[in-house]
Amino acid sequence: MPYKITCFVQIKDQRILLDKREVISLESARDSNDFLKEAYKALNISYPKFHKMDGLSKLGIVATEVLFSNKYISPETALVFSNASSSLETDREHQKAMQGIISPAIFVYTLPNIVMGEISIKHKLQSENVFFISENFNPALIVDYTNVLLDNSGIPAAVCGWIEWKNAEYDVFLCLVSREGDLVFSAEKLDELYHFENERSAN
Amino acid sequence: MEKGVAITGMGIISSIGNNVEENYQSLATSRHGITQPEILKTQHSHLPVGEIKKTNQELAEILRLPTSHSFTRASLLGIIAANEAISNAGLTAEFLNETGFISSTSVGGMDMTENFFRDFQGSKENRRFIRAQHPGFTTTQIADQLKLGGYTATISTACSSSANAIMLGARLIKAGKLKRVVVGGTDCLTKFTLNGFNSLKILSEEICKPFDQLRSGLNLGEGAAFLVLEAEDILGEKKVLGRLLGYGNANDAFHQTASSETGEGAFLAIQKALDLAGLSAENIDYINAHGTATLNNDLSESRAILRIFEEKVPAFSSTKVFTGHTLAAAGAIEAVYSILGLQTGEIFPNFNFQTPMGETGLRPVVKLEKKEIFNVLSNSFGFGGNCSSLIFSRDEK
Amino acid sequence: MSDLRTELKQSIIEQLNLEELGVNDIANDEPLFGDGLGLDSIDALELIVLLEKEYGIKLDDPQKGKEIFVSIDKMAEYIEAHRSI
Repeated sequence: MPYKITCFVQIKDQRILLDKREVISLESARDSNDFLKEAYKALNISYPKFHKMDGLSKLGIVATEVLFSNKYISPETALVFSNASSSLETDREHQKAMQGIISPAIFVYTLPNIVMGEISIKHKLQSENVFFISENFNPALIVDYTNVLLDNSGIPAAVCGWIEWKNAEYDVFLCLVSREGDLVFSAEKLDELYHFENERSAN
Repeated sequence: MEKGVAITGMGIISSIGNNVEENYQSLATSRHGITQPEILKTQHSHLPVGEIKKTNQELAEILRLPTSHSFTRASLLGIIAANEAISNAGLTAEFLNETGFISSTSVGGMDMTENFFRDFQGSKENRRFIRAQHPGFTTTQIADQLKLGGYTATISTACSSSANAIMLGARLIKAGKLKRVVVGGTDCLTKFTLNGFNSLKILSEEICKPFDQLRSGLNLGEGAAFLVLEAEDILGEKKVLGRLLGYGNANDAFHQTASSETGEGAFLAIQKALDLAGLSAENIDYINAHGTATLNNDLSESRAILRIFEEKVPAFSSTKVFTGHTLAAAGAIEAVYSILGLQTGEIFPNFNFQTPMGETGLRPVVKLEKKEIFNVLSNSFGFGGNCSSLIFSRDEK
Repeated sequence: MSDLRTELKQSIIEQLNLEELGVNDIANDEPLFGDGLGLDSIDALELIVLLEKEYGIKLDDPQKGKEIFVSIDKMAEYIEAHRSI
């Protein structure tokens, strides 16, 4: 069944793009934490729990806020995420804390799938979640599995892609996939869209 | 009638045995593996764990690895379990080259990172472990060692990881994307997790008491387990151990770590698995529960079970009382126990239980029980609200 | 007396990342849990960490927290009586 990319969000280098169009640019952000805080304000998210989250979860909340804006999102929408570093940043923080008093609030974020939990709570999604760890963005894996999932489980839509947070650097590329949209949901297309922005930001 | 995906091999290592047979013997004789930590060096030595009493060096010797190897404990355990699954399925080198591998882990090579963290700068010798923290590295190490040449993926969804690896493999086989795949997970004890769970105040200082009114938390464990799944058209005359008839995954959408009071995610996952299997609740003969023995999980899971099964709750038990909670490996370890239950017609007991919970009154099986088992429901729920249920069924020719 | 309460509010805001709240948004006698500040079970554990870090009070039984983390007043009373820092 040919599914479509309904819309896609990219977050990298202090910019947030929706369907390649700039939504927010925060050139003045001092660092990635400051960037996330400013993005939260600029998007009027108003969700105090946001400030308790780790970087990966904050990225996920900001990304889906942009991706889901002005759309009906079915509670059946599945999440198929991937990254290279798992929850490494928070793992390191927990490791540091282990030398003194451990913070349970840090420990609970030492798993990559917590970001999907946070998104599910905020948007009341009760559908399927899977989180792949792979060295690089692997569009074939994401497209293959998302297709199988949509074909066989009666799920109407999925959010899939890449969400990486490492050394205070971030790289997000998430697509809302359903039967609606103009872009074909294929590995080639995903690869092209992901690299388009990455090359541009490298220049 | 849906036949389900064929399971043709299984392998396991846990604190109650180094292979399937040893695990079975322990389960059948109520011999648990919960002890004080000895291999794991920790200041929390009063917290009992399901520890495999072999050092990394001893594990490496079993596998005849050179001393310069860079295998993490999770990899070593994974290789032992996956190797057993592969030989159990009779897969020889010619098949392995095209066999896929879907593994899962939550701690990955964290044990190496924490042991050598301070040495990395100074010691060249231990730098080989730097890359090991990456969870994908554990998967690659196992696949390379066992010469699994097909499609490889690593899943990390907390304590439902290996249940999800099994589900994912089955889906890809059903969709015709894969013919043969080894699925499961591996996790080892680490200070990282022991200290972390301790900070959440959910570790018990005694052997855990799943579903008991007086339960006081979980015991962490370690282990690995893998299944071999094969597509119908390549099965031939091969012996089928059991079939994965249903599976479901849902998000509880309630809290990062706590389960909702009504067990919403668990309820949805069980319901999806039943629907896919084409079974109704009364077809389930036994539930291998998630049953971690935390106040929160056991109540939430009991409520989900009551919502599905109402007044006809089937025989159920949590085998974590034998192994402790093996995190990402738990789903696969309990899959092996579920299949053993199908084969032997035995329900392995939740032996450490006295008092039913006031809220539900549910009583698990406390002594080994014999009965005809056709369908087993196995639950695995993880932090992040990730709830998975699998249904294993007898192979009906 | 009131200084400890103000100091406590500041520490709570910091420890629990209640970024959108100020000291004046937290009343001394209002419930900390429930609807009030939107705190959850992890926050309760973090408050135990706070007691240990800032005041040298070790709570081994998390259930005990429920009796202490009722309001700023209750917490302050408990700290006065048990602090070692």
